[in-house]
Amino acid sequence: MTDLAHIRNFSIVAHIDHGKSTLADRLIQETGTVEDRDMKEQLLDSMDIERERGITIKANTVRIDYTADNGEKYVLNLIDTPGHVDFAYEVSRSMRAVEGSLLVVDSTQGVEAQTLANVYQAIEADHELVPVLNKIDLPASDCDRVAEQIEDVIGIDASGAIQVSAKTGQGIHETLEAIVEYLPAPEGTLDAPLKAMLVDSWYDAYLGVIVLVRIMDGTLKKGMRVKFMSNNTLHHVDRVGVFRPEMEMVDSLGPGEIGFLTASIKQVRDTRVGDTITNDRNGTEEALDGFKPAQPVVFCGLFPVDSAEFEDLREAIDKLALNDASFSFEMETSAALGFGFRCGFLGLLHLEVIRDRIEREYGIELITTAPSVIYHIYMKDGEMLELHNPADMPDMSKVDHLEEPRIKATIMVPDEYLGDVLKLCQERRGIQEDLTYAGTRAMVVYDLPLNEVVFDFYDRLKSVTKGYASFDYQMTGYRTDNLVKMSILVNDEPVDALSTMVHRDRAEMRGRAMCEKLKDLIPRHMFKIPIQAAIGGKVIARETLSALRKDVTAKCYGGDATRKRKLLEKQKAGKKKMRQFGKVDIPQEAFISALKMDG
Amino acid sequence: MTDDWRYGGFGLYVHWPFCQAKCPYCDFNSHVSAKIDQNAWVRAYLTELERYREMLPDRVLNSIFFGGGTPSLMHPDTVAAVIEAARDIWTFANDIEISLEANPGSVEAGRFTGYRDAGVNRVSMGIQALNDHDLKRLGRIHSVAEAKAAFDIARNCFDRVSFDLIYARQNQSVKDWERELDEALSMAIDHLSLYQLTIEDGTAFGDRYERGKLRDLPTDDTAADMYIATQEVCGKHGMPGYEISNHARPGAESRHNLVYWHYGDYVGIGPGAHGRITIGERRIATETHLAPGNWLEAVNKGNGELTPLVLTPQDRANEYLMMGLRLSEGLDLERFVQIAGVPLSEIRLSYLEELGMVRRDGFLLKTTEQGRSVLNAIIKELLVD
Ligand SMILES: Nc1nc2c(ncn2[C@@H]2O[C@H](COP(=O)(O)OP(=O)(O)OP(=O)(O)O)[C@@H](O)[C@H]2O)c(=O)[nH]1
Ligand SMILES: C[S@@+](CC[C@H](N)C(=O)[O-])C[C@H]1O[C@@H](n2cnc3c(N)ncnc32)[C@H](O)[C@@H]1O
Ligand code: SF4
Ligand SMILES: [Mg+2]
Repeated sequence: MTDLAHIRNFSIVAHIDHGKSTLADRLIQETGTVEDRDMKEQLLDSMDIERERGITIKANTVRIDYTADNGEKYVLNLIDTPGHVDFAYEVSRSMRAVEGSLLVVDSTQGVEAQTLANVYQAIEADHELVPVLNKIDLPASDCDRVAEQIEDVIGIDASGAIQVSAKTGQGIHETLEAIVEYLPAPEGTLDAPLKAMLVDSWYDAYLGVIVLVRIMDGTLKKGMRVKFMSNNTLHHVDRVGVFRPEMEMVDSLGPGEIGFLTASIKQVRDTRVGDTITNDRNGTEEALDGFKPAQPVVFCGLFPVDSAEFEDLREAIDKLALNDASFSFEMETSAALGFGFRCGFLGLLHLEVIRDRIEREYGIELITTAPSVIYHIYMKDGEMLELHNPADMPDMSKVDHLEEPRIKATIMVPDEYLGDVLKLCQERRGIQEDLTYAGTRAMVVYDLPLNEVVFDFYDRLKSVTKGYASFDYQMTGYRTDNLVKMSILVNDEPVDALSTMVHRDRAEMRGRAMCEKLKDLIPRHMFKIPIQAAIGGKVIARETLSALRKDVTAKCYGGDATRKRKLLEKQKAGKKKMRQFGKVDIPQEAFISALKMDG
Repeated sequence: MTDDWRYGGFGLYVHWPFCQAKCPYCDFNSHVSAKIDQNAWVRAYLTELERYREMLPDRVLNSIFFGGGTPSLMHPDTVAAVIEAARDIWTFANDIEISLEANPGSVEAGRFTGYRDAGVNRVSMGIQALNDHDLKRLGRIHSVAEAKAAFDIARNCFDRVSFDLIYARQNQSVKDWERELDEALSMAIDHLSLYQLTIEDGTAFGDRYERGKLRDLPTDDTAADMYIATQEVCGKHGMPGYEISNHARPGAESRHNLVYWHYGDYVGIGPGAHGRITIGERRIATETHLAPGNWLEAVNKGNGELTPLVLTPQDRANEYLMMGLRLSEGLDLERFVQIAGVPLSEIRLSYLEELGMVRRDGFLLKTTEQGRSVLNAIIKELLVD
């Protein structure tokens, strides 16, 4: 146990890719927490998918020992957080567990949308920030400009900003000193009942559920019995430890410390992040405030390409959900795609990550349907329904009105691209709320329907700004609008998995675009195929895919038998992977690509 | 022993892998080589043939085909030696067809009498186009005049002479092709092969096409129109298509190719040659080393063959389907059951009938005119899996 004055708890926050994980590497290395020979880049990003994409998805905690220039020995608990907006929830709960943060800003880029979002969260958590200007080894680094920007845009003092290269190690010592000097020590009472915050939990195949805790008051000891206050369950603590970053067992943890416990808990669902943990008897009376749970906002259907793999998919999804409380699912049946699951995600990256993991770790090929949001449907009889799937839209004659979720989007962009960004937001039914400048960078705030953003907004934003824009959003609430369900009919049969909710004023345009796209995506068949978009019974757009006219091998002699047979057999196997609607084969990628808007 | 080995007949294919120049569209096993020791090649062919003496005794041979490459670069003695060796192993059918593919250059024409004396009784000439501009674009080294002269020499030497044209060429319109076809029909004796240009991977045209440098090829729709026009024009001139790309006066069909399309037995010798032979109940796919040098070396060590494969009933069914449906006379559904062990899916057949792609005529399954242009789609629908 360490006395409070010699503990510092902090998170590292920044816009995506500004160098949080690399900075964590240097802090770990400089303090000798990990031997040089065991070091690797972004050491804490241990999931395959993190290493492959070079991004952090899950926050990670490390305890490091540091002897400061004043000769005192300190225990530093560092939490490296993800930068991507989908995982902003990880940042907010990490901040609740610590007293301060290093706000990393890439000195070649400057303040970006998530930098701002992080600052707002820090202010909300009543939290100290130490600005760190990173990547000063790069020629494009401009610390003066970025410091000025931090003061202008964020409004915090940047005179003490530390200049660092997380790559070369320059400025790391200064960073450690600043942590000790400027970040507050935690507070807490040792001889009080145990009061610990359940910060995070995840499943480990050997140890069961591992619970990350921050001790507020009292002591957590191996062998004791504890109570989770939200559901009054009792658990026997069989291990207590800290991360360095490997697990290291300790006998106890005291106030201000961060570590973990295991208690033979089988499911992540039996733990609730933000919960308060106390003694089983004579525990604390008052629980901590708790966290708002992370709610899925984007929904889509996941179906196995090979319908025989449905049970395998169920198992895969069950297992993934075990470890990811923010991911929701329920069974879905589609006339077009058969059995699958309607899944909820924090955002598109989260969706992609889960889908990738199912495909790779479980070897199941998936058809993903177009992402959708939750609509509120107010029925004439006063009932309100939540619509997760456009295919479930009730009969319009019984519907009074519909509401859709809106967001507040913050976009930072060099001013030469501002026009394109405004145009894009306008096209997506955005309402401008604010527009300010910091030097040559503009910051626009838009009120946008989430529905217009979940799908390909970010891709479009990146492409119209050549990658120079950054984007962050928050849900704001629901608003009524003139929304309708648009169905797609292929060869006169409705394909439920292609139904979408659209704004009435945009329906014709969207319908036309989708029919044109489908015409390109569906291969020609031996007969001509009408492709239509309709609202209710009314066709609003139509294309015709003409019949296949030529597909024959001109010359076929004795030597061709084997080669051509294998080719045809292979093509036929490929055809089987498509979905059949009546007589039409639709390739799996069509379900997503048909919705992409190019202009 | 009957002379039509289980309905399909029995043929011998001999591959000659050399050409004077490599054509940019061609993906056949053909190579340009400065020095060819014809004696070594004769010895190798004979060694390879000898292997079949014991494997396939007592057969009646319906056809020999010298294909390439450019077999008209073979010395007439080489051709004669192979024919004689085959005659020694098998019994020749009375009406045996012995064909040789010839390029229409003047050099080759000089050897025609030699081939006739060796026993060749049918020549198929690669004329390819009837205008010099297109011949150049196809990378051919002969002119139309030379081709016509060679063709005249050939028809004086042989009763049966066919020639090949490639159409759906760059900048070719349906009208252009119809005019050219008229001219071709006025020259033709009783057989014509009319191939739509196929852009093959790994050829010069294939590369150019990938890079977007092979411009102004007819669209699929235009190519489909050209195909329909071809069927009409040839039909009117008494040379109906008896196969996807082959036309003949009734009775003048190429017997050798019919062996393939009837899914009969054939022995393949020479580099990269394939064979299909039936031994007992087993149908075996044979294949030889592809590169001429490797083949020659392997043969000298005793055997030019790669590991032969026993075809499953499913493989056989699919091969018969692929070959048999190419013929206008249709696929024999009863024979299909014999080969596959199961009949074709009734559901898929009636579906294709409904679409007007195929029709049944007794126990024959025939493609309709509409179906013929999309044969691959039909086959994919019917493949056994
Ligand atoms: N030149 C240079 N590159 C750096 C420095 N710090 C980080 N990088 C590089 O910047 C990229 C992003 O670094 P990360 O540490 O993964 O960034 P992050 O902020 O953790 O990213 P997320 O977790 O995805 O939000 C990597 O390619 C690093 O190698 C630096 O000081 N100098
Ligand atoms: C094996 S080639 C050999 C014929 C001979 N060497 C010649 O070129 O005259 C047989 C025929 O196939 C046809 N052919 C070859 N490549 C082709 C292609 N890519 N597309 C269409 N037909 C082709 C040509 O008509 C050619 O005459
Ligand atoms: S088309 Fe004929 S001549 Fe040209 S390379 Fe092919 S085989 Fe040789
Ligand atoms: Mg990171």
